[in-house]
Amino acid sequence: MLTIKNLHAEVEGKKILKGINLEINKGEMHAIMGPNGSGKSSLASVLAGRDNYTVTEGEVWFNGKNLLDLAPEDRAREGVFLAFQYPVEIPGVSNLNFLKTALNEIRAYKGLPALEAREFLKLTKEKQQLVDFHSNLMNRSLNEGFSGGEKKRNEIFQLAMLDPQLAILDETDSGLDIDALRIVSNGVNKLRDAEKSFVVITHYQRLLEYIIPDFVHVLYNGRIIKTGTKELALELEERGYDWLKEELHLKESV
Amino acid sequence: MILPFYQALTEDVQALSAQVSAPAATALHDIRRKALERFTAIGLPSLKTEAWRYTNIQRYLKEFPYELLTTATPVSAAVAESKAIPELDCYRVVLVNGHLQADQSVLPEGKGITIGAMSAHTTAPGFAHFNQQPHLAGESLAQLNTALFADGLYIELAANTVLDKPIHIIHVYSATAHAFIQPRHLWVLNRSAAATIIESSVHPETATVAFANSVLETVVMENAELWHYNVQQGEESFREVHTTAAQQYKDSRYHHFNFTLPNTPFTRNNLSVALNGSHTETNLNGLYIANKHQHVDNHTFMDHIMPDCNSNELYKGVLLDDANGVFTGKILVHQEAQKTNAFQQNNNLLLGSKADINSQPQLEIYADDVKCSHGFTAGQFSEESMFYLRSRGIGEDAAKALMVNAFSHDITDAIKVPALQHHLQEQIAEIMNN
Repeated sequence: MLTIKNLHAEVEGKKILKGINLEINKGEMHAIMGPNGSGKSSLASVLAGRDNYTVTEGEVWFNGKNLLDLAPEDRAREGVFLAFQYPVEIPGVSNLNFLKTALNEIRAYKGLPALEAREFLKLTKEKQQLVDFHSNLMNRSLNEGFSGGEKKRNEIFQLAMLDPQLAILDETDSGLDIDALRIVSNGVNKLRDAEKSFVVITHYQRLLEYIIPDFVHVLYNGRIIKTGTKELALELEERGYDWLKEELHLKESV
Repeated sequence: MILPFYQALTEDVQALSAQVSAPAATALHDIRRKALERFTAIGLPSLKTEAWRYTNIQRYLKEFPYELLTTATPVSAAVAESKAIPELDCYRVVLVNGHLQADQSVLPEGKGITIGAMSAHTTAPGFAHFNQQPHLAGESLAQLNTALFADGLYIELAANTVLDKPIHIIHVYSATAHAFIQPRHLWVLNRSAAATIIESSVHPETATVAFANSVLETVVMENAELWHYNVQQGEESFREVHTTAAQQYKDSRYHHFNFTLPNTPFTRNNLSVALNGSHTETNLNGLYIANKHQHVDNHTFMDHIMPDCNSNELYKGVLLDDANGVFTGKILVHQEAQKTNAFQQNNNLLLGSKADINSQPQLEIYADDVKCSHGFTAGQFSEESMFYLRSRGIGEDAAKALMVNAFSHDITDAIKVPALQHHLQEQIAEIMNN
């Protein structure tokens, strides 16, 4: 579904990603871990099309399409979703109107008619229940005055509504208390199916107790230096990242 | 009557005196002669006139060979109908060049309601307020209007008269040649009366240009309340200087909303409120969305003459393409006007590569126990917000439309007429999607 080949990217002339290779198939759950500043969030931003990043080398293919050629909105319409680390507050844009606009723009791209008001409300209700999102937040301005947990839950709710093929969760667990973490994780788990893939970017192993990954990748200094299964996450929790860095330096010095 | 109008204005004002029409030896005749003298004394504003520093009015007056037009020929009802607001349950007043078209209007009737042509009401009790608003004396174009206006709409609500529905006034400007048209209106709400009035204008011809120099005086007497909406969504063949001069008395409330949307190239709004009584409330809300080469100048003046009054002014602008915005917010707090609360805010989105805004607050405060503030911003869309919307599949244009709606929501949310609110939100979305 997603193939990343030798991806290099920089921001303001600073090299951030230095040759990422990653293959994600349908239905898989990938976790990307790594110390601060290793390039985790940058990878998410490059995939979603944030324009302050410049890709200098490499390719990203999504269902046979060159993702890097597409505008951010077209990536979303093709089925890529980024749950933001820091969701934006937009006063004056109601959550409901925002979602309706997004959903209908995606449908129009796929040649589908706009949803009738009734169908839209039905879908909204269904997804609200699925991810445990308070309906009283629906008519408020987008994320305005939401708590940190409410913002993250709104990201998962949007994910449920827009139903992408690939969801990238950028540190969705950061700053969440244990109850909010459980709710968010439950939402993600309910959305997992054989067609949908996830990339979960996190700094903390704690999230992976709730969302069980198929693969764990360690990103360091702009590259994936180790790939394993969920056990790797446990090992990282216990031993930190230093042993990996040492391993890497030994390899590189040979 | 064909008159080389600009030439007359600048070189031979006396030639205009033949145009002053009113029965001789009436009070109105006298007022008009004095107004013409006053206009002659002040002259046309130039870029050296402080209140016109950013608007070259002479350029616009010279743009076409306007003729002074004082009459109206019948215009098809479809013209006014084109400005009807969907789903709005209202009375309708259609004026052509300021002249009331009774056959196209549905006027409110009943005890305490007087509504009709200005020319037919010069002896009505409320006409005593005519030309009394103190700020008009300094405005040369208002003086010109006083001297030469042909007709307009007179409304008077007797004490305790509350209109059950809004009045929608549709100003039709129609001429076969380039025309300078000067309607004059007077609305008087007596003690504890209340009304909602919406104004729109339309100029159906495309081959000729109409320039309106209109003046409206509103008088909101003790404990009366007026909701006043002016929707300027005109044609490319229209130009406008629109003067609204309000007076408020004790305990009264005046809510003014001004919307300037495309495509009229030149709009100047003079809005001034004189507070003649205490414990009043005044809300001045403005939203201007301008594109192409539009020039929109909002010139406002809150005159706090009496103590214990509250005024709140919020003007927001979205300037697209090469559009020019000007905002002046004068607040004058007289020495007697203690316990005044006067707030003013002007926020702008500059979205066009050549768009610009000149904004100037002018606060003159002579009382010592007051709360006054003003603020100004000009900026672009937050890139992070745009990216967030686009990352959800919303295209750039739709995202901008959402953001502009969001930017203007504190003005549109304050509209108390749901049909009008809905209509304007739709218009804004349409402008942004084109």
